[in-house]
Parts: sequence; structure tokens; C-alpha cells
Amino acid sequence: MELLSSLGDGFAVALTWQNLGLALLGCFLGTIMGALPGLGPSNGVAILIPLAFSLGLGATPALILLTSVYYGAMYGGRISSILLNIPGDEPAMMTCLDGYPMAQKGMAGEALAISGIASFVGSFLATWGLILLAPQLVKIALLFGPAEYFALFALAFMTLGGVSSTNQAKSAFAAALGLGLAMIGVDTQTGVPRFTFGEVHLYDGLDFLVAIVGLFALSEVFIFLEERHGAADAAGRKLTVGRLTPPAAMVKECTPTMLRSSFLGFLAGVLPGAGASLGSFISYSMEKRLVDRKGTFGKGDPRGVAAPEAGNNAAAGGALVPMLALGVPGSGTTAVLLAVLLSLNITPGPLLFANNPDVVWGLIAALFIANFMLLAMNIPMVGIFTRVLMIPPRILMPVVAMVSFVGIYGISGSSFDLLVMIGFGIMGWGLRKFDVPLVPIILGTLLGNAMENNLRRAITIDNGNWFTLIDSPLSIALWAIAILGFLLPVFVGRMVKMRMRQRGDAEGSVID
Amino acid sequence: MSDRIFGAFGVFLALGYAYAALQIEESFLSDAVGPKAFPLIIATIFGLSSAVIFLRPDAEPHWPAFGRLAELAAAVVVMVLYAELLPVAGFVIATAFAAAYLSWRLGSAPIGAALTGVGTSVGIYVVFHLALGLSLARGPLGF
Repeated sequence: MELLSSLGDGFAVALTWQNLGLALLGCFLGTIMGALPGLGPSNGVAILIPLAFSLGLGATPALILLTSVYYGAMYGGRISSILLNIPGDEPAMMTCLDGYPMAQKGMAGEALAISGIASFVGSFLATWGLILLAPQLVKIALLFGPAEYFALFALAFMTLGGVSSTNQAKSAFAAALGLGLAMIGVDTQTGVPRFTFGEVHLYDGLDFLVAIVGLFALSEVFIFLEERHGAADAAGRKLTVGRLTPPAAMVKECTPTMLRSSFLGFLAGVLPGAGASLGSFISYSMEKRLVDRKGTFGKGDPRGVAAPEAGNNAAAGGALVPMLALGVPGSGTTAVLLAVLLSLNITPGPLLFANNPDVVWGLIAALFIANFMLLAMNIPMVGIFTRVLMIPPRILMPVVAMVSFVGIYGISGSSFDLLVMIGFGIMGWGLRKFDVPLVPIILGTLLGNAMENNLRRAITIDNGNWFTLIDSPLSIALWAIAILGFLLPVFVGRMVKMRMRQRGDAEGSVID
Repeated sequence: MSDRIFGAFGVFLALGYAYAALQIEESFLSDAVGPKAFPLIIATIFGLSSAVIFLRPDAEPHWPAFGRLAELAAAVVVMVLYAELLPVAGFVIATAFAAAYLSWRLGSAPIGAALTGVGTSVGIYVVFHLALGLSLARGPLGF
């Protein structure tokens, strides 16, 4: 079978000492970043990107490192949810609901173990889903011309706010801001400088890595400075973990839950605008409705831990499908991963599978390997990570800030880029205050030029006729989905968000 | 109120952006669309979304007290100084000071902050420069 032989080639690529080492490092760092409140998958990957570059890693090793961080962060988020009732990252919010009550009953070890297994099942199935679905999507994507691509980019922007977005005007604002920033620099088609105001440093355009690290990592430091969580949330609390093997009966009870949640989570990941948080939310809600006959959900039911964990890890795998097959990411972290690919001069999308099969299949093989490593790390070795949770922000945040500076300086060696990064950090802090989502900004700076090029190519091919944009059934369909995806949250967004909150509040304080 | 100011600011920014877009010099060798059209589309979306934010503001965000804002401003100044002085003072010294400052402001006691600063700086130097071979800013003392 062609699929299996490609996968075999992928394993040949991934199974070198260097790549295995990178996967191990990525899984370890990723789990730590996921576990630490304040650092999520997107910040984690963002901080490490500059390093992957300055180390001169090739495309496949760099991707292996960063996707391992991504998967690792998805695993790690549950640790602080269960032990401290503070989600380590946003998708782990739902895990607090049953994880923390389990820990209070003295079943922290079992909760960690069952959620580790659920995470494994979720991402394992999702990686298979990726293998099966991505090549099919590529076949469709090969029919795309510039006009369809333009529509697809528009769709990505318009649905990015997600169904849980409360204010679509702010999502649109963020997307326009990102696109506007991408226009800075010399126009690639005619060679005239745009929005550079005579500053030579800007002729190359803004480096989107600088923007990403500033917006995600530095703004987090500013938030901590503002609120000064000085005394660590974790300090003074004794973390007892207990036995780390779940009873066989518990695993058996949770198996159907895990399978159903993985499927739902994967779907949520593939669809634009949903992502891991929604994946874990709908998985939990569905399980509660299906199997919660005795009303034990929310009081420490193992199935209530397994469902959101399988859901969010499956969504993480699902989100890779549109990123690899179409070049259009469906979530914040995959947007950051796309930045990596673009900086490595690899254009994701249908041609990636034809031109760089080693990258694609090597990555997929690495995902399988990383998944097994994570299972091994997250069950027997979970104690190490619980100790990491004790690091207070007053030590952690300076390290985060300095590593960000080092990474950016390592790429360009210019103080100017550092100043731009600080600027983005301040901007990120301000925009967070206003509840403006940051992901569309990143996506805008990333995809802005490609989007414009497709627009101009489409219209130039058709001799300046703008109606060419809605000339084919495919592009009309894409525009229709885009508009629907943009308008839907205006009506149902508040409702979904409110329900997510209610679930959270019912179980006491949930910090998001 | 915050959202109204934010929206109004956005509208002005969009107008400025559109003005800057109109100032772009067109090359005589241009494609059918030219370098101005897409920025103008963006400016339109930017302006419209800002207007909506202005007209339908969200609830007031939680703003920090003045003291906290001063804290942030001070941190920004330190970071800018860090960026400018990095090539002059060298990586290890500059980073130790910057990290120590941040750690102090996040609530460490002075001695703890100094230790965090030195530890962060030396740790990054050892891991990234000595072990991984990343080139860091070199100061007068050679590190």
C-alpha cells in the first residue's frame, strides 16, 4: 500500500539519532511549557522557533522539534489542571472540572495516569486521521487556482475567531492589523517600497518571527509584571501524587469515552475556527450527556478527565491537517508552525506532499514517535513535571523574557529587531486588555503577502476583471462558508462562551 | 469608554493607513492591480471594524492602577536599554542586569533577584553559546 510505504520512508527519515534526540527534547520542554500556567502551546513553540533557526536545523529536524513541543504542551496542560486547579493552557480548562476533584479525593496519581492515557489515545488516533485525511484534502487543493486560494485565505481569517468568539469586530480588526503590517516593505511585484517611511530596516518587511515572539512571549511577561503574581500560586501547597497506575477497571470504563472524544476532537481540530479548546469542550459536554447517569461528572469522574484530554489532543493532531494540506492553519499554534515552514522556504499546501515528501512523512513518523515518548514521560515520570510547577513566576518570567531576546538576537544580530519585538510586546499587552485576539494578527503578518499575490495573480490572469474572484463554483462555495463562519458567532458565539463559563464557574474558580 | 477611544483611534489609524497607501509611488511596470489596491482593501476593513468597536463597545476592561502602569513603563525602559546596550556591554553582563531587574520587580528579594539574574544569564550562556554554539553579543570582556 502506498500510504504505508510512504510512512515507512518517513520512519527512515525520523529514526536518526539527531531527530530522536530533538523529539525527546521537544516532548520534555513541551510538557514543561504546557504544565506551567502562563505558557501555552503557542508561546512555547514561539519561544523555541528562533532557537531552531539559530541552531541551523534543517526543515525536518526543526519541524520535529517544534511539533513535539506542540504535542508535549497538549499533554502538559493537564498536570496543573489536575493538581492545582489552574489550567496550564487554555484547552486544559475542562480538565480542571473533574481532575481537581479527583486530586482532592487523593486520586491525583490515577487522574494523571488516566488523562495521560487519554491524551495518548487522542493524539495517536488523530495522527492516523492526519495520514488518511490530508492526502485526500491535497487532491481537492490541487484544483485550486489563485482565486480559490484568495477565497481560502479569506475563509481562514473570517473563521479564525471561532464559534466561541464574542466580538467579531475585534477579530476582523486583528486580521486587518496583521495584514496591514505584512504590507510593510518592498512590494514583491513592482519593487516599490510601501509603508517604510524611509526606514531602511523596514525594506525587507517586518520579520514575523519578531512579531510572534513579541506578541506571545513578551506580552505574557508584561501581564505578569502588571498583576505581579509574585507569590507563586503553587507555593506552599503540597503536591501529593499517589499511585501512578490506573486500575484496569478504570481504563476499561474510560475506553469508549476516549474513542468517542478522540473522534469529536479530531473533527473540531480539522474544521477551521474550532481548535483544541472547543475540541475539549464539546467532548466533555457530549460525554456528560451520554454517560453521566449518576451525576458524577464534575465531582471527580475519571471519564470527565479522559474526555477533554482525548478531545484536545486529538484536536491538536486534527489542526495539522489543513496546515499541511492547504497551507492554511486552523489554530494559533499551527499558525506559529506555519511561520516556521515559511521561514524555512517551504510552502505548505498541496505541493508540499509532492515536492517534499520527506518533510511530510518524516514529520508524521516523528509524531508517532513523540507520542510514545510522551506516554512514557507522562506516566512514570510525571513527578518531575509536578516539581517544575513549583518554579515561581518571579524566576520563570525573566528566563522567558531573556530566552526570547536571545532567540531573536541570534537570528539577526540587530538591536533594531529587539526594539521591534519590545514594541510588539507592548502592543500585545494592550490588545489583550481590549480582548482583541492575537492569533489573527500573526496569521495576517504570515499570510498577508501570499494573499495579496494570489489576488493580484488571479486578476492579472483575467485582464483586470475583479469578478474573476467569484467565477468558479469552488470559490463561491469557499466565500459562502467564510461569510457563514464569520456571521455565525455573532449569533451563537455569546451562547457558547457563556456555557463554557458556566461549566467553569460551577466548579469554583477557573482562571483562564 | 475604553473601547470607544480604541475604536476612534482605530478609525484614525485606518485613515492614516489609507493615506499612506495612496502615497505609494506606482511603478510604470505594474500589474493590473498595482501595489495600492490590497492595502486600501485592508484599510477599509480596518476602518469598518474600528467603527463597529466604537459604536458597540464591550464592557470596560480591567485597567491597572497608575502605579502598575509606571511599573510596566519602567520595565519597557529597561528592555529598550537592554536592546541598545547588548552589543556594547556583552551578553552576560547585560542579561544578568535585565533578568535581575525583572525578577526583582516580580517580587524576588534583592539577593534572590541578583542570583536569578546571574543564574539566568550564565545558564543561557552555557546552554546556548557553549553547548549549542549560538552566537551571542560579545562585549569588551569577550563574553
